[in-house]
Amino acid sequence: MLRNLYTRLILILVILAAALWIDLSNKIIIYNPFNDTRLVDRDVTPRLGLDLRGGLQVLLEADVPQDVAVDAESMKTARTIMENRTNALGVSENVLQVAGERRIVGEFPGLKNADEVLAIIQQTGLLEFIDTGDTSLEEGTVVQTDFAPTAESQPDAQTDQTETVIYHTVMTGKDLKTVNVSRDQGKYVIEFTLSSEGAKVFADHTAANIHKYLTIVLDKQVISSPVINTAIPDGAGVIQGNFTQESANALAVQLRYGSLPVPLKVVETRIIGPTLGEDSLNRSLVAGLIGFSIVMLFMGLYYRLPGITADISILLYAAIVFAVFKLIGVTLTLAGIAGFMLSTGSALDANILVFERLKEELRNGKTLKQAFNQAWTRAWPSIRDSNIAALITAAILFWFGSTFGATIVKGFSLTLAMGVVISLFSALFITHTLLALALDWFKPQNLARWIGI
Amino acid sequence: MNILGKRYLFFGLSLLLIVPGLIILLSGGMPLSIDFTGGSLLEVSFTNASPAPADLIALYEDQQVEDVQVQTTETGSYLIRSEFLENEVRDAVLSTMQEQFGELTVIRFDSVGPSIGEQVTTRGAMAVAVSSLLVVLFIAWSFRGVENAFRYGVSAILAMIHDVALIFSITAIGGVFLGWEIDSLFLTALLTVIGFSMQDSIVVFDRIRENARIYRRLDFETLVNHSIVQTLQRSINTQLMTVEFLLLALALFGGITLQQFAIVLLVGLLSGTYSSIFIAAPILVIWENREWTTWFKRKAAAA
Repeated sequence: MLRNLYTRLILILVILAAALWIDLSNKIIIYNPFNDTRLVDRDVTPRLGLDLRGGLQVLLEADVPQDVAVDAESMKTARTIMENRTNALGVSENVLQVAGERRIVGEFPGLKNADEVLAIIQQTGLLEFIDTGDTSLEEGTVVQTDFAPTAESQPDAQTDQTETVIYHTVMTGKDLKTVNVSRDQGKYVIEFTLSSEGAKVFADHTAANIHKYLTIVLDKQVISSPVINTAIPDGAGVIQGNFTQESANALAVQLRYGSLPVPLKVVETRIIGPTLGEDSLNRSLVAGLIGFSIVMLFMGLYYRLPGITADISILLYAAIVFAVFKLIGVTLTLAGIAGFMLSTGSALDANILVFERLKEELRNGKTLKQAFNQAWTRAWPSIRDSNIAALITAAILFWFGSTFGATIVKGFSLTLAMGVVISLFSALFITHTLLALALDWFKPQNLARWIGI
Repeated sequence: MNILGKRYLFFGLSLLLIVPGLIILLSGGMPLSIDFTGGSLLEVSFTNASPAPADLIALYEDQQVEDVQVQTTETGSYLIRSEFLENEVRDAVLSTMQEQFGELTVIRFDSVGPSIGEQVTTRGAMAVAVSSLLVVLFIAWSFRGVENAFRYGVSAILAMIHDVALIFSITAIGGVFLGWEIDSLFLTALLTVIGFSMQDSIVVFDRIRENARIYRRLDFETLVNHSIVQTLQRSINTQLMTVEFLLLALALFGGITLQQFAIVLLVGLLSGTYSSIFIAAPILVIWENREWTTWFKRKAAAA
């Protein structure tokens, strides 16, 4: 029937042991036996999605005109900066991901102070050096610049003198390398150095615009408006303003970690209350258990011995899938649970296709051994083709979900795809081996009783 | 068992299920959720008060928010839909609510910007189109050795369109009676149904492919009918006994969030199996026999 039956069985047991180990532990640590270093050190606590535990989800979009391209590097930097800011708030387990070309999705599970988080991630912290020519601007003036002009109208009182003027942005905070607070003649100032690229721009501009004003603007609000006295070739400078020690420090921190390379606006907010999440989790677990039990009962009663081996392989399948989810850190969502259940259906389908073939071959007068050998070979093309079709759909869904930060769609497609792949292994390898072993041990004679024909 | 003989009867049955829902869709428009249209949805419950919907609408309108609709749920909470809310406006709305009606709990809040909604719709339509196209190409490629491989792809697509039409119809009917909406979860269900509809058609076609090699002399109609009967047990067992049971459990016990999703999937996957047997395979036969040439003659004879 099958060669190397016992090698196969041992392989299955090893996989099962590894899966159970991951399923039952929250942390995976493997030591290198030769020295004391850790080969693997991984936190595998199951991560629950917002729909199961409640929380806040926001989708932010680059606040620049649609036809202006946003480079991937800027989005990545913006993501890291937001992560630092929200971490500083003491929010744990937040997840921020770049979604598509111009969006960032942020998830903050189990959150109570949603407002605080929303406020801090919306602050752009965009520092700009703008060329204001011969005018010095008052501190606090709101200006418009040619870097990502915003469409919304500014508060009128402050824009009187600037409403038609759009200033040229010489450089943004992206080019800052280091930022420090120091005291200069009793006043707090912020010293900065620039990246080599920024230093060159800065040197060129200052050399060409001596005695003009280079105004420093944070989130379109003027901080200070110094005059350029000499060219600054070395890429180091000082921001003077009306700072107290606190405000200077706060600004320095914001500049150091927080100057976003692109301005962002919130385009989607979702808040799921914790009770709704908990209720959904419990209910879907109960639903899953009930469904699973009925299906297993059916398989056992209808297909007898092969059905029971399929049941065992489905249980192994569930253990392996859960372990893989934990290992690669899949966030479990309601849709993910649905995806898992569907792929379980797929796993059973593969088994059923094979068993129906087995019965058919037996009815055609083949011996059990011949029928067993042909069942898998004959059922394979349809199992292969139908699973590829499912994988194609899952891939498209995943792409769709990633572009929009639609975690629910992404979770579904990911669990579906992984389930389909593992289900193939379960039907083709595990059931195949187990059934061969079972037939070997029991040597059934009465086919009506053992196979159910 | 002669399944193909009654093929026009099965076509009629499908139309009977699909047409009413499509009429609702065309007359009433699609019940699109804020995922596609943009807007906001706030579900809130009050500890000590049960304000009249009109008061809540007035409260929103005080904040210059338009298109406000209030719905009460079975559990006593309120579902308030409106145009897209900026965070500041939401804060203002919630704090005024708290002032007027006392302690409250936000059960969920969704707010989707209009530009996002628009893009989700176009990308969603694209996802459906691309995945069906890819699957058809795959089928055509996978059946490349068979005579008229192209027909298999087209038949599978027609069966898939049948399934898609059916779940739109069911959702439209659910929209009228149960307040269902077409949201991103619906889109997920839709794409899954497409994938699995293909899966079912492939299983039947694979059998036809195999039998065509064995019984070279059999006429096509008998061959297809034979293949359907051979795969029938698998179809019933896979769909009715396993997948449908899992989904039924999800629909019955899975809580309100997943109910619509589970029912749409349930109907869609059932339809996927049904259409592989009663739509896709018969179309192959109709095509082979070029039956459309006799449709009108038959009518003439009856008259």
